[in-house]
Formats: sequence, structure tokens, C-alpha cells
Amino acid sequence: MGVLDNILMALSSLKANKMRSLLTMLGIIIGISAVIAIMTVGDSLTGSITDSMSGMGASNITVSLQKKSSTSSNSDGGGRVLMFGPSNPDEEDLISEAMITEYRSLFGSRITALSCSENVGSGTISQAGVSGSVSVSGVNPDALTVEDLDMITGRFINEKDNTQTKRSAVISDYLAEKLYGSVEKAMGEKLEVSLNNDVQVFYVVGIYHYDTSSSMMAALSDSDNLSTSMYVPVATAKKITQASQGYQSVTVVGAAGEDVDTLLSDTEAFFTSFYTHNDSYTISALSMKEMLETMTEMLDTVKVAIASIAAISLLVGGIGVMNIMLVSITERTREIGTRKALGAPNLAIRIQFIIEAMIICMIAGLSGVLLGVAMGAGAANLLGYPAKPSAAACALAVGFSMVIGVFFGYYPANKAAKLDPIDALRYE
Amino acid sequence: MSAAQPVIVMQGIVKRYSIGKPNELEILHGIDLQVEPGEFVAIVGESGSGKSTMMNILGALDRPTEGHYKLNGVDIQTAGDKELANIRNRQIGFVFQTFNLIGRMSALKNVELPMLYAGMTARERSQRAAELLDLVGMSERKKHQPNELSGGQKQRVAIARAMANDPSLILADEPTGALDTATSRVVMDLFHKLHEEQHKTIVLITHNPELAEETQRVITLRDGQIVNVRKGAGVHGRA
Repeated sequence: MGVLDNILMALSSLKANKMRSLLTMLGIIIGISAVIAIMTVGDSLTGSITDSMSGMGASNITVSLQKKSSTSSNSDGGGRVLMFGPSNPDEEDLISEAMITEYRSLFGSRITALSCSENVGSGTISQAGVSGSVSVSGVNPDALTVEDLDMITGRFINEKDNTQTKRSAVISDYLAEKLYGSVEKAMGEKLEVSLNNDVQVFYVVGIYHYDTSSSMMAALSDSDNLSTSMYVPVATAKKITQASQGYQSVTVVGAAGEDVDTLLSDTEAFFTSFYTHNDSYTISALSMKEMLETMTEMLDTVKVAIASIAAISLLVGGIGVMNIMLVSITERTREIGTRKALGAPNLAIRIQFIIEAMIICMIAGLSGVLLGVAMGAGAANLLGYPAKPSAAACALAVGFSMVIGVFFGYYPANKAAKLDPIDALRYE
Repeated sequence: MSAAQPVIVMQGIVKRYSIGKPNELEILHGIDLQVEPGEFVAIVGESGSGKSTMMNILGALDRPTEGHYKLNGVDIQTAGDKELANIRNRQIGFVFQTFNLIGRMSALKNVELPMLYAGMTARERSQRAAELLDLVGMSERKKHQPNELSGGQKQRVAIARAMANDPSLILADEPTGALDTATSRVVMDLFHKLHEEQHKTIVLITHNPELAEETQRVITLRDGQIVNVRKGAGVHGRA
């Protein structure tokens, strides 16, 4: 007898007990829909983070100064703390212009850009009653490539700006439109920036396009008070901050066709060689790709945690299916006896009930997927991300629920198959 | 199947149930029975005489403890479970006292069931099932479910189902036990029709002597043994 006959038979027996079938399915529906909903939200989140991060350039390598973890002989009692970000290195610890020049001469053919920047801080610009926030960075001309900026008008910071420590500034079209109404009007304007309790004067030399849609910052912050980057010459920035010569970090962009991982390790080796005799600092190089991987790993861990919770709920759902199958088989003992008397082999009975359990679970799985995608899409829209339901997760969910059907249907089905036809026929 | 070969050959059939080692219960004490093709035989006996056990063995639902039972030349004693299922499917048509139709299925689907297990195609099944329902006079009720049928109608559907795979033996266990006299008459007439027109071999198990009398041979069981075999009055004996 064919699979189709079995499926039709299973459907008719489910239809005969609609309420019971629904309640049995509910456990699995809830389990599957919860997972799919969370997966959908998670994937949407990952997707938009990945998009905005890869927009920053996946082939970028950031070389930064890093405090060595000291175990003994450290007088300042820092202990075993691995420090990132701002620390207070001495001038001789910083990445020097000399190192950069040497790096450029050695790696010139393998890189397309090298930017060294100086972060000045956050400032506000007021113009005719309107104010805008900026985060001011001192950069060299290569920052155009490193930051992957799209210039609308004017020019980017050039060598001359740096050598002459000019007061040039490149601002976003967003800021230009906010302060001056249009990009054209902003060109050449004088900017008075309130920075660190001081007012600094800059002149707009160029405007870049700020992509609000792909930016993570844009999505997370209030759009009325969006802070965009303002680029000034790095030499000027150093003068303002009175920072020592040298940089805490530089960013390198690999040439087309250059393997990022190889370039990364070569670059790290190059810079680390200057720090072999330095007790406090060393160099660490990190690519955007690696950062993305770290992030993906983190999200994967979260997914595994969710999946284990789901597994528990599916286990409970599966036990429910098994329970109801056992009840159903007891109720249908005479039917089983009759089928056997009419010549059904044990295998046919076993298959009949396994398929019935599978159908219950498959319908539940499909309903769970539909419900989950709907809930996930709703939640993602609410958070403002494009919903990205994972087709693989949906297929896996339905497949897995069918496996549950086989697993929890096998024992009751086998019990039915092994019934003695004489006893089953006499069963009241 | 050669006409000369008997449908049923039983030799020294003993059935014992062990309810704990010391007290074994012997139900049948050496039954010898032979039924020829086209015979209509009744097995009668009071409750406790071993009728049910006899029926289980005849129907290949159970194996005898001792002795030999050959159904159409096939030894039931040595057959495996799967083989027994196949024998029940192809060689035997059961008619039960309680009809045992499957509730969620239409009359037509119930009649199709043995053919389903025999591996017939859906088209063949529904065609043959419709013919059989026509034969038992139930063609008007093909789509009805058992709970929409009267007792007599249910039994007629069950008889159609018993005929599904054209079995060599129809085994009817108290087929009129749950029916009133008038309906019993209809069912018995149907058996006679199958016997006369289709030349079916029928074994009727009953405790009703009047119905037994209508058959060709009446076999009386008492305390697990055949105590009397005599010719029935036959079809002409009925009103």
C-alpha cells in the first residue's frame, strides 16, 4: 500500500479528532514559531550590522598600539590587564612617521592607502539658530580611500593641507543641508566648531555623501541629532590637541587582489619588529573581516542558546505527540485488530501510525514556521530592520519536526504493530 | 487451485494455553476436519465449546499447538507472521458478529481495505469495491459511513469486504448474532447466494441451530471435540 494511501488515512483520522489534533500540535507550533521568530529577528539584525560594517571596508586592516600584558616586573601595578583604546603611551611608544615611511616604501605595491588619524573629539556647529553635531577627525589624504567616502563636491584633505596645517574641513551633505540648506551654499563657508571648551575655525573645502540608510549609527540614534564625521588635516588636528608626534593607530587598505590575511600578518610582523625591545607596548593588527567574524561568532553563540531552548520545547511537544498516539492506538485497538484480520502485515500498521505522527508534526512544523516568520517579520519591522527570514532555518524546522514525528511516533506505532490480532479484535 | 484439493484439512489439532506452568488449559483436544471446495458448513456449539479458538485457527489468526492445518495446501503451522497476514488477506474473508467496519471510512473505502493491503491500484480497488457493494445490494450507500448504516446494512458491507480479494474461504463468526430475525434472514440469504452463485466455500460459526440447519453439513463441537457431524437440511429447509 502506498504512502499516499497512508497520508490520506492519517489526515482522515486527524480530521476525526480536530480539537485533540490541534492541542497536540500546539506544543510543537509554539516551539517552532518561537525559534523561527527569534531567528528571523536575529538574522535581520546580523544582516544590517554586517551590511553597515562591510560598508566600512572589509579589506581594511587596523594597526594599533596595544599595551603588553605584564605579569611581573611592572612597577605601575597594572597587573594582567589587556588594555585597548586610549592609554597613555609616551611619544617613543607611538607609531612614528619614520615607521610609516618605511612601511610605505616596503609595502607600497601591496596597499592602496594608509591612513593615520587623530581623533579630536565631538563638537557642535551653530549656524543661524541651527546646530549640528560632528565628530572631528584629523586625517591624511588616504582617508578618502580608507573610509570609502563618496565626494559630492569640492576636494578631500590633501598633502598641502597637512604640510601647511591648513584649517580645511570636509563635512557631510547631511550637515551641509542642515546648516546651510544646500550643498552648494555650504562650500567655502566658515565653520565655528565648539570643541573641548574651545572654538576652532575651519573652512569647508569639500562635502561627502553620508549614507543614512546603511549606517548602523543612523538606525540607532535619533535622526534629528545625527552626529556625522568632519574631516580636517591630521597636522592641524595634532596642533589642536597638542598631541605628541606619532599615532596610536593606522589603517591600511590592501591593493586589489591582495590577500587580506597575508597582508595582515606581514603588516603586523613589520610593525611588531619595532617593539621587540619595548616593555610596555606592542602592535596588534586586525582586519574588518576578523571583526566581522568575531561578531558573527558571538551571534552564533546566541543562536545555539536559542536552539537549545527550542530543543527542550520540541522535546516536550514530541512527548505530547507520543502520548496522544498511545491514546489513539488504545482507542483504535479493534480497528488495528480488524486491519490485521484483513491481512495487514505488522509493517503496514507500523508505517500507518508513524506516518500519522509525522503528519501531525509536519503540519505543526509548517504552522509554526508561518507563525514564526509572521511574528519575526513584525518584530523586525518594529525595530526598523528589513526582515530576513532564513529559508534554511524554515526548511530545517519542518524537517526537524518530521524527525520528531518519526522518533516519538515509533514507539506507539510499534506497540500497535505488535498487538495480537485475536486480543485486538476482542478488545472492548 | 485444483478442484480436488480440499480447502481445509485439519489433523489432530490441539490448542493449549499456558496460564502459568502448572495449570495449562487445553481448549481443543485433537480436531480432524476436512472441507471441500464449494461446501457450506456450520460449526455449532455452546459457549465454552471451543468455537472461538476453532475460528481463530481456521482464520489463520492463531497457530495450533499440535497437529496440522492446511489451508489450500499451505501449512499454517510453519508459516511466519508475515505469511499468515498474506494468507488472511488473500485466502480468507472474515465476517464478524460486530461487523468491525472502520468508523471514519465510507462503505466503499471499507470494502477497499483488503485490496489496499493486497497492493491493488486505487482505480482497480474502487471499481471492484463498487461491484461488490452492488452484489450485496448496497450500491446506493457507497459513500455512507458505518454510523449512517443499520446493522443489516453494515453486515452486508462487511460481507462485500470479505469477498474483496476473492478468497477461497469465507469465515463467518456469528454473523447474525447482533441482528434481529428479519435482518438475519437477509444476511443468510446473502450467504446462500454467494454459495450458490459464486460457489464460495463458507464456514459459518453459530450457536443458532436453525441457521446451522440451512447449511450442507453441521459440525457440533463440545468441550473441544467434534461430537457430531450430520447433513444439514440444506437450502430447501428454509421458509
